[in-house]
Amino acid sequence: MYVAVKGGERAIDNAHAWLAEERRGDLAVAELTLGQIREQLRLSVNRVMAEGSLYDPDLAALAIKQARGDLIEAIFLIRAYRTTLPRLGGSWPVDTAEMAIDRRISATFKDLPGGQILGPTFDYTHRLLDFRLAADGEAPVPAATATPSPDAVPHVMGLLDRDGLIEPAPVTDGTPRDLTRAPLELPADRALRLQAITRADEGFLLSLAYSTQRGYGRTHAFVGELRIGTVAVEVDIPELGFSVAIGEVELTECETVNQFTGSATQPPQFTRGYGLVFGQSERKAIAMSLVDRALRWQELGEDFVGAPAQDEEFVLSHCDNVQATGFLEHIKLPHYVDFQAELELLRRLRHDTQRMASQQNAEAAE
Amino acid sequence: MTPAALTGGFADAPLQSAQAFRSILQAMARPGTIHDLTGALPPPPLSVAAGVALLTLADPSTPVHLAGATDTPAVRGWLAFHLGAPLVGAEEADFALGTWADLQPVSRFRIGQPDYPDRSATLIVAVDHLEPEGVRLCGPGIRGAAQLSLPGIPALQANAAMFPLGFDCLFTCGTRIAALPRSTRLEVL
Amino acid sequence: MTDTAYNFAYLDEQTKRMLRRAILKAIAVPGYQVPFASREMPMPYGWGTGGVQVTAACLCPDDRLKVIDQGADDTTNAVSIRKFFQRTAGVATTERTAEATVIQTRHRIPEAPLTEDQILVYQVPIPEPLRFLEPRETETRKMHELEEYGLMHVKLYEDIARHGHIATSYAYPVKVEGRYVMDPSPIPKFDNPKLSDCPAIQLFGAGREQRIYALPPYTQVVSLDFEDHPFVASRAQHDCDLCGADGSYLDEVIIDDLGGRMFVCSDTDFCTTRRELGHIGRLGAPMTDEVA
Repeated sequence: MYVAVKGGERAIDNAHAWLAEERRGDLAVAELTLGQIREQLRLSVNRVMAEGSLYDPDLAALAIKQARGDLIEAIFLIRAYRTTLPRLGGSWPVDTAEMAIDRRISATFKDLPGGQILGPTFDYTHRLLDFRLAADGEAPVPAATATPSPDAVPHVMGLLDRDGLIEPAPVTDGTPRDLTRAPLELPADRALRLQAITRADEGFLLSLAYSTQRGYGRTHAFVGELRIGTVAVEVDIPELGFSVAIGEVELTECETVNQFTGSATQPPQFTRGYGLVFGQSERKAIAMSLVDRALRWQELGEDFVGAPAQDEEFVLSHCDNVQATGFLEHIKLPHYVDFQAELELLRRLRHDTQRMASQQNAEAAE
Repeated sequence: MTPAALTGGFADAPLQSAQAFRSILQAMARPGTIHDLTGALPPPPLSVAAGVALLTLADPSTPVHLAGATDTPAVRGWLAFHLGAPLVGAEEADFALGTWADLQPVSRFRIGQPDYPDRSATLIVAVDHLEPEGVRLCGPGIRGAAQLSLPGIPALQANAAMFPLGFDCLFTCGTRIAALPRSTRLEVL
Repeated sequence: MTDTAYNFAYLDEQTKRMLRRAILKAIAVPGYQVPFASREMPMPYGWGTGGVQVTAACLCPDDRLKVIDQGADDTTNAVSIRKFFQRTAGVATTERTAEATVIQTRHRIPEAPLTEDQILVYQVPIPEPLRFLEPRETETRKMHELEEYGLMHVKLYEDIARHGHIATSYAYPVKVEGRYVMDPSPIPKFDNPKLSDCPAIQLFGAGREQRIYALPPYTQVVSLDFEDHPFVASRAQHDCDLCGADGSYLDEVIIDDLGGRMFVCSDTDFCTTRRELGHIGRLGAPMTDEVA
């Protein structure tokens, strides 16, 4: 006597309990605190904030802990949380020219007003495992300190802009469409594309940007400026009639100088690519600016060469790792109804083919 | 804003709006059927049903047009407090309120675009009389045929002829509501 | 018990209003896919987020919810979604099709005829019926606008030329009221005839793809076909081995490693109800309390 499988509910409860146990791991090892994650796994926290589209280091740390370090799972936790939050208002655009700078480099000028500031970077470290960290580490040597200049550090692109050497980027007052409140509509404008790719999967964006460097939609990018630091976020308070700073966020901004355009009537100019990401997320910001530039082929009068990074619909439809991972993994769900339909169809088609073949054989034999 | 503007909304928005939506859904999915819609007390000339429909569907993201006698300071104040919906001209409205006469000419309202027929207005029409009698309706949502007392039949027939473009209508009378989506064909008996 | 940390049916009121507006427009233009600003839900995209959002927008406290996946109430994802609404909306749930007021489904239409008092909510993975013929949304939108459905007919006809049959066994495309070609979600084509002239409201939600579409009650829905190759709903070669039903959709279950197999109703409530009424199939046994 066959009894159909039952007990889905108990199986789920047991799986969740086992998951919780696995998350905690060996009880002899101290449990991670959110503070440890927030302070010592800060780049993971930054990635979760950027792709989760929510600036909250404590929540990101919680998500990483709960997700057992699976960053895409943590990003998903943050997204699912943020979508339930009421929208109280919008901030003014942040002014990155007023950024309190931790790091700022330009690859296009040897020296420039405001200077090159290396900041806390892996760039010139030798990638040698540091076994002192394994031996419960010792307190690092404190970094040398310098008094930060109170002056705002001007954007490199502004210097090029003043001479008309780069395409102008006029300020507009328009309110951009909001990707999280309105369905993605194609074709998208640049503001919408930038929204989509700033929360796009870092790996996907990295590979797309890399493909442009290898010739699939090449744009000859130079890093005009990369800056990391904190900026104030201001919102209007209608009751007060003016705006107030409600906090500050750490941002990475990358502006690239790209191959020029021009025509018989227009003198040649460099073009721009732009990346802006929460936290210290340098790789992502650079990749974003390359992909942004590649996606701008139409407005700059370039040819579509069929490169993936040029294809707005391809990039925007596939860049979100929460969507991608959900749909990829849903094929784990039962599909036995559709599979059964395919199985029956295949059997019938095979039956027809075999019958025809045997008929032909019989006719040939006659 | 008068104190009256602050009253007359839902007492328990999540539950009341859920129940109200189910009535509106049934009305829209079964043209010709009449449903009760209660739970709010908007200022006159808005009917209870019109007020409940607005509370259920409209918010700061949906521009609303107040036609004719509907456009009073009391109604404006109530909408501003409970919905926060921007008030606009007929051509930009997602929702428009008024009597059938107030809403003329209805050709002003958005009928959607050929590639996005959903981007169309919903008219919330106040009627004095709402009964399952009169013009014959057929189409999706209707088993065989239905009847509904409707104003402006030629204009509604012209609207249906544009399908899949067209506006959609909710007809309100006191605490009752019926609907006419653009997919319904009208025949005068 | 409702989890009071969240709003009724989980979603905030503004999100529900957005969903409700989209559902009404979907009802007004049957078969047309209305774009909506799908939210991240606490379950992954592709696992029923569209259906869950549509259900959340429709649920009332006095509803009785049934959730099925592959026709069964006890598949893990159906259990998970049912628990979600028990927790966030506090609604009653049931496994009985006849007792349900809202049914959320993945891949099946229940065998028992639906009634005017019911709403059937489908989870949809890829709402665009033309997607596998034309990957670009900008193109398929134009094709719907212009009613350019020739490509779909060409594809179906190529099947006939190659295999002698239309080689689409599930997610079989339909035309709604003579206008829009629609994907009925990955239901087996066995279920297609139940789409048409159905007394219940049918709503389709695709969360990741941000689309909602609908079939009002008694809408005319025709499966695409050709005069010389009319649509035929698939029919099983067997009776259910548990309840003996001869017209239901069957799952094939492998019962040993020697090729032994049995066929059982995919609709578990339909099968149980029949067995309770005393119907016994080839391998079935009379219902007793311990089996039930």
